[in-house]
Amino acid sequence: MATTPVKGIGKVIFSSSLGTLIEWYDFYIFGMLAKTISVQFFPEGNDTAALLSTLAIFAAGFLVRPFGALVFGRLGDLIGRKYTFLLTLVLMGGSTFLIGLVPSYKAIGIAAPLLVLLLRLIQGLALGGEYGGAATYVAEHSPAGRRGYFTAWIQTTATLGLFVALGVIMAVKANMSDEAFNSEWGGWRYPFWISILLVGVSIYIRLKMKESPLYAALKKEGKTSVNPLKESFGHRSNFKMVLLALFGAVMGQGVIWYTGQFYAQSFLENTVKIEFMQNREILLWAIALATPFFLFFGWLSDKVGRKWIMLTGMLLGVVFYRPIFNTLLKNADAKEWHRQGMRMANSSINGKIIKIDTIINSNPLLNRTVQHSKTDWVLNDGRKFSITSADTIAMYQYRSSIRVDTKPVYSDKVLVTPLKWKFIFLVWIMIVFVTMAYGPIAAFLVELFPTKIRYTSMSLPYHIGNGVFGGLVPFIATLLSTTFTKDPLVGLWYPIGVAGLCFIIGALYLNNKIDKEVND
Amino acid sequence: MIIAPAVIYFLIMGAVHNINSTGTKDINKPIPWIIIISIFTPIAIGLMIFGYYAMKGEYDKLPESSEELN
Repeated sequence: MATTPVKGIGKVIFSSSLGTLIEWYDFYIFGMLAKTISVQFFPEGNDTAALLSTLAIFAAGFLVRPFGALVFGRLGDLIGRKYTFLLTLVLMGGSTFLIGLVPSYKAIGIAAPLLVLLLRLIQGLALGGEYGGAATYVAEHSPAGRRGYFTAWIQTTATLGLFVALGVIMAVKANMSDEAFNSEWGGWRYPFWISILLVGVSIYIRLKMKESPLYAALKKEGKTSVNPLKESFGHRSNFKMVLLALFGAVMGQGVIWYTGQFYAQSFLENTVKIEFMQNREILLWAIALATPFFLFFGWLSDKVGRKWIMLTGMLLGVVFYRPIFNTLLKNADAKEWHRQGMRMANSSINGKIIKIDTIINSNPLLNRTVQHSKTDWVLNDGRKFSITSADTIAMYQYRSSIRVDTKPVYSDKVLVTPLKWKFIFLVWIMIVFVTMAYGPIAAFLVELFPTKIRYTSMSLPYHIGNGVFGGLVPFIATLLSTTFTKDPLVGLWYPIGVAGLCFIIGALYLNNKIDKEVND
Repeated sequence: MIIAPAVIYFLIMGAVHNINSTGTKDINKPIPWIIIISIFTPIAIGLMIFGYYAMKGEYDKLPESSEELN
């Protein structure tokens, strides 16, 4: 069976990639706007709403994606790739747009969080079906010897979807006040509404696509699977390959992917405490400069094999994560900046009292006032930071005493340009590890399974590896950091451990041979 | 085959230590733990099966065509 000539493959890649990118964008904007969404739909003080919020955050990311992989993977092997991933696009686009239309909890009560949860679950389901279809579709059109390069275009979409989501949110936020953005029908809804335009275009393009030639041929010969789930997971010979794909490749790739992008951004925001806009700017630059490497490593994998490129990406993460994150932490030590600022001329200091708490005791001598204040510093070299402190004032009959806060919080740090570029470089390096582990993996997974059960067999390990192992990075990092409080980098042991185990399994058991013939 | 039960043990102990009705973080709530332990248990079983297959030598030679998977 002839594959699509190289000339025609551009349309195939474009139509597949665009839809996948939009689906990633739809999935990410929910996570990025989680704080605003929780205020609108899951108000504090309401236990039911809080429960639904937790379900929306966890169940959508973990439980539903692998389930979506099973449902749509099966559909794709039964009825074809084209119609299945048209369906996933409609579901994702529709649910995203509708999230933007749900009235707030104030307007419709408990129906609001219920609707948002349902729509978020549909998003997770759709995403679970999208990737396997897109990667399979492109791979089955690709000529032998270039499968890695052509499927690498699909591999760029998750990162580019993140990039577009960041960019759209920042663009909307930059053009209105925080109040206007966060209001009930405010700017935070715009990224959801914009999605329907993008999805509409993508649906139009996908409608014009032809079915995968390999699948079409299989169907014509009457050789499609009648029960792809049973064949994928019920037959030992294929099931063992599903396990190898998960534990020898995707599990490690998933944690590398999540740590290098999401965890890096969260670490900069919540631990290093870089100011919001600069934090996003660092990630945007790092993503933009690293994205071409997906294509490079996909191309390279066609020359030298997939295995060692993927495993090297994991190994580099294992070795370099702690030094890189430690450098990010140490280079933005605002306590040291504070010391330097007190010796610098022309530093600007602007303080204000945020809140005053009065603590009344039955013994008046023990009455206290706690003064919460925030001081903004601008050093003469352009560095900025804020100090939030809670100083305790005790008033006695003839005197008062002040106990200065010994653990003030340093936040909203703004780096000077050279340091900002150093941070961009460090995050860029971590995303290059991502491109190594992720770039060739679509071709790798496609080559592992036969055509008739390919969509089912590759989708499930992919979404377990990325959705479950990768998606759990923040939760397990928090668990580790609250258990072992002295080390701010302790959360990294989870991705390091998982990637390390995957490296060992992959090195021992994966084959570096490129399968030239997927036409079966 | 050893790592899998160790992971489940670690998660259950984590749940026991961290679930706390007065806590405000996600790790203090029972629902995330229930979901995560429910998801990880079949994955851990899968890892044990993988270890069993590996010990039996099932991965010493990987299939080179789909006929070998039938």
